[in-house]
Amino acid sequence: MGHLGSDVPMRILAIARNTFRENIRDKILYNLILFALIMILSSIALGQLTLGLESKMIIDLGLTSVSVFGTLIAIFIGISLVYKEMEKRTVYALLAKPVHRWEFIVGKYLGLLFTLLVNVVIMAIGIALTLLYQGGTETATFARLLPAIYLIYLSLALTTALALVFSTFSTPALSALFTLFLWIIGHFNADLLQFANLTKSATVGWVAKSLYYALPNFSNFTTLDSRNIIQSAAHAQAIDAGAILWITAYGLLYCCGLVTVAIAVFSRRDFK
Amino acid sequence: MAIIEIRNLTKDFRVGFWKNRPVRALDDLSLDVHKGDVFGFLGPNGAGKTTTLKILMSLLRATSGSAQILGEPVESVSMRRRIGFLPENPYFYDYLTPRELLTYVGHLFGIRQPALGKKVRSLLERVGLAEVSRLQLRKFSKGMVQRIGIAQAIINDPEVVFLDEPMSGLDPLGRREVREVIMSLKDQGVTVFFSSHILPDVEALCDRVAILRKGRLQAVGALEEILSMKIEAHEIILTRVKPDDADQLRSMCDALTMIGDRLHLRTSSSQQVQLILAHALANDAELISVNPVRPSLEDYFLHEVGSGRDGAPRQ
Repeated sequence: MGHLGSDVPMRILAIARNTFRENIRDKILYNLILFALIMILSSIALGQLTLGLESKMIIDLGLTSVSVFGTLIAIFIGISLVYKEMEKRTVYALLAKPVHRWEFIVGKYLGLLFTLLVNVVIMAIGIALTLLYQGGTETATFARLLPAIYLIYLSLALTTALALVFSTFSTPALSALFTLFLWIIGHFNADLLQFANLTKSATVGWVAKSLYYALPNFSNFTTLDSRNIIQSAAHAQAIDAGAILWITAYGLLYCCGLVTVAIAVFSRRDFK
Repeated sequence: MAIIEIRNLTKDFRVGFWKNRPVRALDDLSLDVHKGDVFGFLGPNGAGKTTTLKILMSLLRATSGSAQILGEPVESVSMRRRIGFLPENPYFYDYLTPRELLTYVGHLFGIRQPALGKKVRSLLERVGLAEVSRLQLRKFSKGMVQRIGIAQAIINDPEVVFLDEPMSGLDPLGRREVREVIMSLKDQGVTVFFSSHILPDVEALCDRVAILRKGRLQAVGALEEILSMKIEAHEIILTRVKPDDADQLRSMCDALTMIGDRLHLRTSSSQQVQLILAHALANDAELISVNPVRPSLEDYFLHEVGSGRDGAPRQ
């Protein structure tokens, strides 16, 4: 056995690996991925209806499936994992081990991120295979998929971090509701700013503006230069690297903030 | 040196819709557990046993008071490398196999391969789960879960082991197995702190016990000290007693029963003992034994604690 400090990465990785293992042994997850793959495959049939635009259709529908099913998976695994550990009391034996509570949350979150990554990669491979089957797609088009998929993944990381925060103090049903609520508001965040600029009341304007900055801005991940990223990918339009860097910084910072909140809540908890 | 040192530990839970009504689950508990002891923590359900253990494991924060394990405050994470814990009615990740669970726990203790693989194998042998090491825990019986629970509690060769109701819900065979593990831990010099309400196990295992009632410490000490506080009566066993003498003896004692050809007499007065013996021996009866009757832990429990049943609500 080494020094306590030097084992921190080992413990976090052990918790992350166990979280991932729990996810991949859950059958509901397979159903969701299967459904997403069916959606992606069905785009072949729809592509037939839009002559000459088959690959556009496949990318459009495929990326939308990744986004929608990815979000469902992110919420589903995010809301239940920490709650389940408390509900089933597996956390009692775990926290009596030399494990800091923050290590538990960080390990859980990393496990969630890895689960999401594997899911997104599987769905992306599904899109690529569908495009290959269709034929006639240029290599450059495949390359254009990557930034879109990356941004979708970032938004999933943020969604699951939100779910994680709620799951440290609330039941899965309520956590799902809260997460979904914030996810929806987060997509219409820009309207809040517009409202703040339009309103005559200074107080209301201030509140709306504060909310705009405080709430997660999901439209950042779907819209670049007022163009939808999925549409951009489908039309093989280039995405600005600087913008991606900025969004990455935003996403990472927001996720770190949420994980910190989850740690703060979890560290104060009494396990009755 | 005390291995576990509990000082004036108090825990209030807030109940009610607004969480504004405090209920005292633990009231000013002070306790020392010494090195190498098997220490029994007794009390009826709701007495505060699990609350105490959860505070010791830092799963709950005490309202006031303090506790130290191995000279370190209970919040110390590094101290937890030297202790083991089995929760009450343990439940582990049911999608894991025993081998996977123990490997996971081993990683949390910073144990690396190949030492970990060897350790896991020997532990599975020790708790008798080697043959089912690849079966998912969801298929385990309660006794098997308890055994894997003990294995995960001792994987780090702890100096102190905390077991919360380790025998509850087990069949006699399972209880004996747990008893044997506790005995072998004691042989290795491990301090064992366990809570229980199964008294024969406690009587068989513990050097010292503490009895808790409604969150308060009722008694603490060696089992003999607590139980020998009062000798209730003496039991005299005679044989070859003539029927006439038996009738006479009946009037001299509190209770008399004939079992086979043996006469069992019970009296609470030591003067009566002498009279009975004199009478019996003068009439050619044969004396088999005279024994002081001490209350068993069970009697003590019923007498001292019985009324504490409606104590603090279980947390």
